[in-house]
Amino acid sequence: MNILAYLIPISLVMGGVGLLFFIFTVRTNQYDDPEGNARRILSGEYDDKPKS
Amino acid sequence: MTATMRPNISACPACAAAPAAEALAEQEAQKDVRIALSVPAVHCAACIVAVEKALANHPGVESARVNLTLKRATVEAEPHVMPQDLVKVLEGIGYEAHELDAGTLSATETDKAGRELLMRLAVAGFASMNVMLLSVSVWSGAADATRDMFHWISAAITLPTIAFSGQPFFRSAWAALKNARLNMDVPITLAILLAIVTSLWETSLSGEHAYFDAALALTFFLLAGRYLDHRTRAIARSAAEELAALEVPRAILLVDGEQRQVPVAEVAVGDLVLVRPGGRMPVDGEVAEGQSELDRSLLTGETIPVYAGPGLGVSAGEVNLTGPLVIRATAVGEETSLHRMADLVAIAESGRSRYTSLADSAAKLYAPGVHILSALSFAGWYLYTFDVRTALNIAAAVLIITCPCALGLAVPAVTTAASGRLFRKGMLIKHSTALERLAQVDTVVFDKTGTLTAGAPELMNLGQVSTRDVQVALALAEASSHPLSQSLVKAARDAGFDPAEVDEITEVPGYGTKGLWQGREVRLGRASWLEAPTISRTAAWLKVGDEAPQAFEFIDRLRDGAEEAIAALKAAGKEVYLMSGDTTAAVEEMANRLGIPHWLAEALPADKATRVQAMTDDGKRVLMVGDGLNDTAALAAAHVSISPASALDAARVASDIVLLGHDLSPIGDAVTTARSAIRRIRENFRIATLYNVIAVPLAVAGLATPLIAALAMSASSITVSLNALRLR
Repeated sequence: MNILAYLIPISLVMGGVGLLFFIFTVRTNQYDDPEGNARRILSGEYDDKPKS
Repeated sequence: MTATMRPNISACPACAAAPAAEALAEQEAQKDVRIALSVPAVHCAACIVAVEKALANHPGVESARVNLTLKRATVEAEPHVMPQDLVKVLEGIGYEAHELDAGTLSATETDKAGRELLMRLAVAGFASMNVMLLSVSVWSGAADATRDMFHWISAAITLPTIAFSGQPFFRSAWAALKNARLNMDVPITLAILLAIVTSLWETSLSGEHAYFDAALALTFFLLAGRYLDHRTRAIARSAAEELAALEVPRAILLVDGEQRQVPVAEVAVGDLVLVRPGGRMPVDGEVAEGQSELDRSLLTGETIPVYAGPGLGVSAGEVNLTGPLVIRATAVGEETSLHRMADLVAIAESGRSRYTSLADSAAKLYAPGVHILSALSFAGWYLYTFDVRTALNIAAAVLIITCPCALGLAVPAVTTAASGRLFRKGMLIKHSTALERLAQVDTVVFDKTGTLTAGAPELMNLGQVSTRDVQVALALAEASSHPLSQSLVKAARDAGFDPAEVDEITEVPGYGTKGLWQGREVRLGRASWLEAPTISRTAAWLKVGDEAPQAFEFIDRLRDGAEEAIAALKAAGKEVYLMSGDTTAAVEEMANRLGIPHWLAEALPADKATRVQAMTDDGKRVLMVGDGLNDTAALAAAHVSISPASALDAARVASDIVLLGHDLSPIGDAVTTARSAIRRIRENFRIATLYNVIAVPLAVAGLATPLIAALAMSASSITVSLNALRLR
């Protein structure tokens, strides 16, 4: 049962990291245009380099 | 109309008092200007690319981003870029575009409440997943010290999560209790708190059952319902505000003979305001200079334009048709007749809030019932065992298992599905109980001008006029922008006529156009100018030399889908009425054309409202469809109301549902959808009740375990959501 001492903290940390990522996406307005995002993946315009 | 976004200025009311700060803010704004455009036609990946490219290639534009959900483009540009130019750019590549008023829009820019709910929902979701993992191991046999450790870890996750995610319920419950009322959130809060308290107690005594996962799952499902509800309303609100933002409130002020564009709010009594042909009166006033014709249909329902000359009083909202007018403002802002009318609406609105929604009436039954049941089981078990711990455990289990999860999802899941369906058909549900009220409607009242008709005249008697007259009239009409002339030109051109050669054409604002044809004077214009007889229909008259005047008669064109909508409503067994401020002849003709048996003509605004009120007093549920200022009181008095997007702002505010397109036919569908939505909501309530009927005896008998609670809770919530998706 000593394995629990590792596994439980690991699962909690992983859950926490997921949560932090979610909070980051909310903060950066990534849910403002779900429909547009779904369509944009079909566009042939690639932006390999960051826009200035 | 410009819509440059300068948030720094508008968000600084103290700036006026501090000129230095204003100058600073102005400098700030010079750097960065945001322009918002409504682009209703974007719908695909290719459109996004085309619009963004076209905008980005315009000189001075730094970046452009299309939001497909809102059908809106946001442009960051240098200050010299004018929104009008961008609109032309988009129209050049085939996309209709409109500028949006920054001030009206900025209110919806950030949906703080929605984001907060989403955050709470996410935290509750992540926490409940983790706790559920631990609970599953307990249920599958973890015992003794391991079980206690799992319970303590669960408690450590649950307590902060509930403290954060449960706040909306706690706040609402506290507000209700302070006013000595009970709402749905009181049993929810009690269930969550009691579950945590008994679980902590059990854990500290190394007990077997802890309900941490149930408390979290309850919070998660309920927050999901709240978020759905909020989202539906936020979409409707932002779309409604976009409609308002389309009318940029500007006025052209005349100061020492110079023209200056200012926001309407800055016009003061006594100022001279220039209103160009096609423009809407920004304030109440008196004509100081110029002659023209006024379209008063939005205020009175009359379709025939009124002559305007110096000294005539005008009201805000009227449309200037032919010549430029200079208006001396007599009432501005809140004082205008437009605003007084809107105040009437606010009074009537408060009456509507008396309607109790299905969810509220369910809560009224549910909340006391659950409390009594749980208190009784506590008392019963205490008397039976004299053990507070057992009794409290069972009381908590009863509260959790009667879980309002399914009840909390029953209404929002259905209204989200129904509103989404109607939104795709071009209807905007503004009010949260509009669907429920729409389902009860048995009487429908239509306004005529602007609602059933498109507000555009159509030439009726082209075939009865001699070719010579049509050709002369066509030549004269082409020189004018008056709606009747435009319609005459279109009809004559479509019929293949060519204009006659008419020289020296001049427009006489307020009267018509005149010219010289084969050495004779020819005039096209209003009856009084040509000494023509008055007839009941809208007409323009042509006079060639000294001959008797020839009438061109017009009728208002029906709005698309008007016939279908009325046929559908009649087929559904609704009584249909027509009420208009227009003349008896015009209203009667329209009623006969559409097969509407009951009609009322020359109705004053108050008449419409009293008639609607009288019908309501007779026990009828009235749906009012109208667009004008003269309809607003009736819109607000009706059980539920619909207005087209072309309606005046005040009318749109007063109505529960806004029709976004030009087509009226969705009205019939809306009534059907509303009825099936209500059926689904009732079914959902029945599902939730059925599940309680099975689960509650188990809980009262003390047989419920956290596993049963978790299974039942999830099963009922999912059933209810799936049932909502069946909506057709």
